[in-house]
Amino acid sequence: MKTTRRDFLKLGLAASAALVPVPALAQGAGPRAVVVGGGFAGATCARALRHADPRIAVTLVEANPTFTACPFSNAVIVGLRELSAQQFTYARVAADGVTITRGTATGVDPQARTVTLADGARVSYDRLVLAPGIDIRSGALTGYDEAAAAQMPHAWQAGDQTLLLRRQLEAMDDGGLVVISAPANPFRCPPGPYERASLIAHYLKTKKPKSKLIVLDAKDAFSKQRLFQAAWAELYPGLLEWVPLSKGGAVTSVEPATRTLVTDFGRHQANVANVIPPQKAGRIAEAAGVADRTGWCPIDPVTFESKLQPRIHVIGDAAIAGAMPKSAFAANSQAKTCAAAVAQLLTGGTPSTPKLINTCYSLVAPDYGISVAGVYQPTNGQLADVPGAGGVSPQEAPRATRAAEAVLAEAWFRTITTEVFG
Amino acid sequence: MRVATAAAIGLLSIAAATAAFAEPPAGAASCSGCHPSAARVSSPVPRLTGMDRAAIVKAMQDFRSGQRAGTVMDRIAKGFTDEEIQAIAAWYASQK
Repeated sequence: MKTTRRDFLKLGLAASAALVPVPALAQGAGPRAVVVGGGFAGATCARALRHADPRIAVTLVEANPTFTACPFSNAVIVGLRELSAQQFTYARVAADGVTITRGTATGVDPQARTVTLADGARVSYDRLVLAPGIDIRSGALTGYDEAAAAQMPHAWQAGDQTLLLRRQLEAMDDGGLVVISAPANPFRCPPGPYERASLIAHYLKTKKPKSKLIVLDAKDAFSKQRLFQAAWAELYPGLLEWVPLSKGGAVTSVEPATRTLVTDFGRHQANVANVIPPQKAGRIAEAAGVADRTGWCPIDPVTFESKLQPRIHVIGDAAIAGAMPKSAFAANSQAKTCAAAVAQLLTGGTPSTPKLINTCYSLVAPDYGISVAGVYQPTNGQLADVPGAGGVSPQEAPRATRAAEAVLAEAWFRTITTEVFG
Repeated sequence: MRVATAAAIGLLSIAAATAAFAEPPAGAASCSGCHPSAARVSSPVPRLTGMDRAAIVKAMQDFRSGQRAGTVMDRIAKGFTDEEIQAIAAWYASQK
């Protein structure tokens, strides 16, 4: 069939009409995606967008020159690992053609489609991906603010807080009391407080055996609970005590000057107090209008587009991702799914229905690993578990199996950090 | 003429998008959380990139049925249908 110039024009106009959401394309420049936050979610998404379609101009807005990973930071706290093993630069992300903009995003104008940075600069987008991780929910725990965190570290954002908690444990005399306060759901890394309790118990058992560890919990149930509790009974009897909500575990206020944690049932004065406080989506989520009253961000399970603001997608810990936990693996999985959807939306395509996976390892001791896995798909507007799949490590298993999972945990960290930052 | 040029670029962009964008099938993108994309990563978990299609299919089916013991793959394989396994295996086999 011969195409006349007139037909070609018609076709071209039809194509242009399909591209109306992407005026940048018609002007000869690629569509613009901006990603805010360079953690497991954001850095993955920025690179995946470039791989999906190199014509997409991708900008990653990130405040820090290096990223400090939370997974395995519990091993840093107890001296099994150095913080430098947790740290990664953005050199390889930039090498993929991602423009790295150093700065803190402070505002979003969804109408003008711009992100405002702390220095007043504005970055324009056709699609915005927010991957801000978590912030501490200020005012949610009486007495716990930034000053309190210098006395009673949360160490729930890895870096200085991780090292502060480590120094406090190292400085504590044998026979001291360590108290961990675990928050109600949802929060970053559901098994994290219990892995931390396990590794601190391991540290105390080997270095300061007259000491004691109490976990005050605002819940009656937690991730991999039976596996953790069986291992605690085997490895740390009499050393680690878990106090659930129903036994008075919920911490209602803290007194940083004396490292005291207050519950409805009593007061616990600790030598080292690790307060893992209630959390919310990183603060840019609220500024952008994508966080709901829970403090987290409702999203479409196919595209991760916000249910509150068009053209803004939210991935990682900040998102309400249904059955998916707030984990680094989930963030990485969501980021790749979101990047594929955003690339389609920016080029006039249709996102396909995804399937996502999560796998989380926890160390109960350096050579004792356990895991939880899940497979997820969009169901009734939410990311739901695929029935019959997923679950935790077997309750009864030889120590060789636990040792193998500890090895797999470290391999996972090397693999995922190489994919995201390497 | 300006309209024609802009329209032509629009058309080319669509064609390029279709060519450049070989999207992985459902579930495939998640695998590289544990299965290294990069050959330089030291891991007991096998690299799927370029692996034999039939070998991936058999492994997934055996993990799913319980014929093959796994640490996590037995739990993950149960979340995938035969069609999804075929698509994932074909996609990884075609990757370099």
